[in-house]
Amino acid sequence: MNKKFNKLYNILCVIFALIFIAAMIITVSALPNIGDATNPTNNEVSEKYLTDSSWETGSLNAVSGMILDYRAFDTLGESHVLFVATVAVFILLRRDEDSRKDLPTRCLNQSYEQAYDPILAKSLEFLIPAIFVFGIYVIANGHLSPGGGFSGGAIIGAAFILYLNAYGLESIERFCNSRTYLICSCCALLFYGLAKSYVFYVGANHLHSIIPVLADGSILASGLILPLNIAVGVVVSNTVYALYIMFRRGGFSR
Amino acid sequence: MLFVQNIVSWSILLLIVSGAFTAVLNAKAAKYLSTIVIALVGVMNIFLLKYFLGGGESFTYSMGHYGAPAGNELRSGALEAAVSIVFCFVMLFSLIGGRKHIEEDVKGKKQNLYYISSIFLLCSMLALVNTNDLFTAYVFVEINTITACGIILAKEGRQALAASTRYLIMSLVGSGMFLIGICIMYGATGHLLMEPIREYVLTNIEPGSREMLPVQVSMALFAVGMALKSALWPFHSWLPEAHSSATASSSALLSGLVLKAYIFVLIKIIYRVLGIEVLSGNPIFDILLVFGAAAMIMGSVNAIREKDLKRMLAYSSVGQIGYIYLGIGMGSAIGIYAAAIQILVHAATKAMLFIASGGIMDVSGGSKKFKDIEGAGKRDPFAGAAFIVGSFSMIGIPFFAGFVTKYTLVSAATQLAGWRMYLAFIAIIVSTLLTAIYYLMAIAKLFGGENNSKRPEGFKFNIGYVAAIIIFIIANIVIGLNTDWLINLVDLGFSMFA
Amino acid sequence: MNYLLNNLPEYSAVICFAIGFSILLLNRNMIKKILGLGIMDSSIYLFLAVKGYVAGTVAPIVTLAEQAAGVDTTLYTNPIPAGLVLTGIVVSVSVTAILLALTVKLHEEFGTLNIDEIIHMVREEDRRKE
Repeated sequence: MNKKFNKLYNILCVIFALIFIAAMIITVSALPNIGDATNPTNNEVSEKYLTDSSWETGSLNAVSGMILDYRAFDTLGESHVLFVATVAVFILLRRDEDSRKDLPTRCLNQSYEQAYDPILAKSLEFLIPAIFVFGIYVIANGHLSPGGGFSGGAIIGAAFILYLNAYGLESIERFCNSRTYLICSCCALLFYGLAKSYVFYVGANHLHSIIPVLADGSILASGLILPLNIAVGVVVSNTVYALYIMFRRGGFSR
Repeated sequence: MLFVQNIVSWSILLLIVSGAFTAVLNAKAAKYLSTIVIALVGVMNIFLLKYFLGGGESFTYSMGHYGAPAGNELRSGALEAAVSIVFCFVMLFSLIGGRKHIEEDVKGKKQNLYYISSIFLLCSMLALVNTNDLFTAYVFVEINTITACGIILAKEGRQALAASTRYLIMSLVGSGMFLIGICIMYGATGHLLMEPIREYVLTNIEPGSREMLPVQVSMALFAVGMALKSALWPFHSWLPEAHSSATASSSALLSGLVLKAYIFVLIKIIYRVLGIEVLSGNPIFDILLVFGAAAMIMGSVNAIREKDLKRMLAYSSVGQIGYIYLGIGMGSAIGIYAAAIQILVHAATKAMLFIASGGIMDVSGGSKKFKDIEGAGKRDPFAGAAFIVGSFSMIGIPFFAGFVTKYTLVSAATQLAGWRMYLAFIAIIVSTLLTAIYYLMAIAKLFGGENNSKRPEGFKFNIGYVAAIIIFIIANIVIGLNTDWLINLVDLGFSMFA
Repeated sequence: MNYLLNNLPEYSAVICFAIGFSILLLNRNMIKKILGLGIMDSSIYLFLAVKGYVAGTVAPIVTLAEQAAGVDTTLYTNPIPAGLVLTGIVVSVSVTAILLALTVKLHEEFGTLNIDEIIHMVREEDRRKE
């Protein structure tokens, strides 16, 4: 009986998917042709981003200018999505000191610690600084070239994870523990929130902003965009590392 | 720009900043900070509403130097301000009233995570209410989903875990539909802000032409996505478990506020993105009408069959959500008025009932089964009184808050034509009768039985709980006595909407 | 017939969307549900990326010389979908992390990943309490 029902269920699922696909294809076929320069998507808004972003925000990269200036409220929400996601994962996976002692054995396997591997450790001595420098470059040049806080932060977070796997938890705990995580994330988000509050306030009230926009193609050209990219980078790298360590052992400390 | 108009962005930004700051505080400081901030935001919004009632015009608030169509915008009017106030104060008193349970149910270090989640929950709801931009709505819908999941999970246990998994999956399905709807709308019109979309559709797309199809489909996708997220029958299966397994304040917030925020976004999109005139004839209205009517009846039928107080309340929420969708599905202005009134009224009433059910569990040995709560209304007179007021309001007895909804809904239904009118009337009458049955059964249980009016040894009333219950009761009666004022407010709000 | 062949990349995007959507909604295994979520979100990024494409243009990063002389907008793709994709990726990373954490917890508590079995077990426990 159960097997029969399962088979029927699977068939119904496939039928549902096919009907849904058909409906979506009919809808999409009525959209304008792709790649056409006269499409409604290529309107005054995208034109404004392309022509004005380089001098209004100082960002040659129109995407950075758009997400950190014109549509900054979305991005402010987006960084906090990462933060609340970490909070939710903390609620789920955090284990306090005493509760970790009486875990069942099958859960202990999660806190399996890899043995020291000389080849990995030695090669990472060269690789990890390079990855860090690359990540910082991507963040710092987010307004001049492809990149920005999100991509650079993910690179740096990956470097932290690599470091943890090569040298073990004790070594990384010296500079990256739950305290530094909290303080860094919190400071970055507070800076982000307060800076944007100021910009929204002066923007909506048509006041003059005290933040200079040089718009000369240098690294300081873009007023708030560089500091905001750094804040976003800190938040993203912290989140990537915190999520990893939560899945690994349910907490920062041993 | 007037100074008072800054409130709309400041209330959201204040919540965002204080939410991030709460992360470095301990549980006690987090508790006080969250209370103060939420109360402050509520008071600020009262000033905003006062500005609108004093003849102020609705306005858009550009987030940054560049307004529409390039930048993000918020928009506020009388209705948005009123909904924000209700959300803030229901949140505040739900947290105060359920504080004892939070301290018992949520383990040590996780308490401050609970307060972070609730601050961000309120922040996302205010952003949803005030947004003027579809993509901002999507981002804050996701924050809302994640934080709601967090406050369900804060109470550990197998049931909460399974319930929040189902909740999260249904929510993600809903937000997936919402996102693809935004993408199709963007592809068809090239805008993300509500007014430019409307302008583009009115000037460039002929009604009934082939280009209109993606626009109509994306509206249908918004409606279905939001219906999934707000537990419209038959997508409600996650709701009773999620709402009954969480701690008392979480249940109150989820049932009272979270569902309403999504519906308010839907109303805003229907009204402001295309307008009722363009949308009339879209079959999505009929679908919402039919499913709303089904939800009203099926939710009540399921509630009658329940043997568990909180699950009964959760099924009652399914029924009451049906009233809102019935109002939206009528596709007329007055139907949407009724929906908006129901949003406000149900938020206040259902939150009170869930907080009271927390008090009832306290005096019944922690059980929420009907056989254990006999006489609990005598042991905890505050919860008993709250249940009587709440039940009368939900049934729709005159001079209680719920009567306003029934009244406007019935007057909206008389303007319908053909089968829609019969369906609406049958649904309203049947659902009211069924609601009366299960709430009166619950009251009979609460005050029934003999020799059970003795409280447990050493039981003391929590001052916050008592205060919250009394304020909720007063609010319900005041709303019930000032029907005209509420109807005028919603009327003013909608006149500013278009 | 012509219009049916114009939007082929968009068709593949919505087909992937429908497949991922169905898996997320209807499959019973938690891990497969998460994979479905991944397919669904990626298909939306594909859809948006296609929307931003304009034939014969390059990424929207202007040069200093152009900034001075005035930007020729016909040379660059539309920057808006790129920004939306970025936001979408961040959101989907967050919800995937939460779903995975829930899956870890579910497996610890129930010893299975089948959501139907889990619901069944919870209901049985509830019934036994009465």
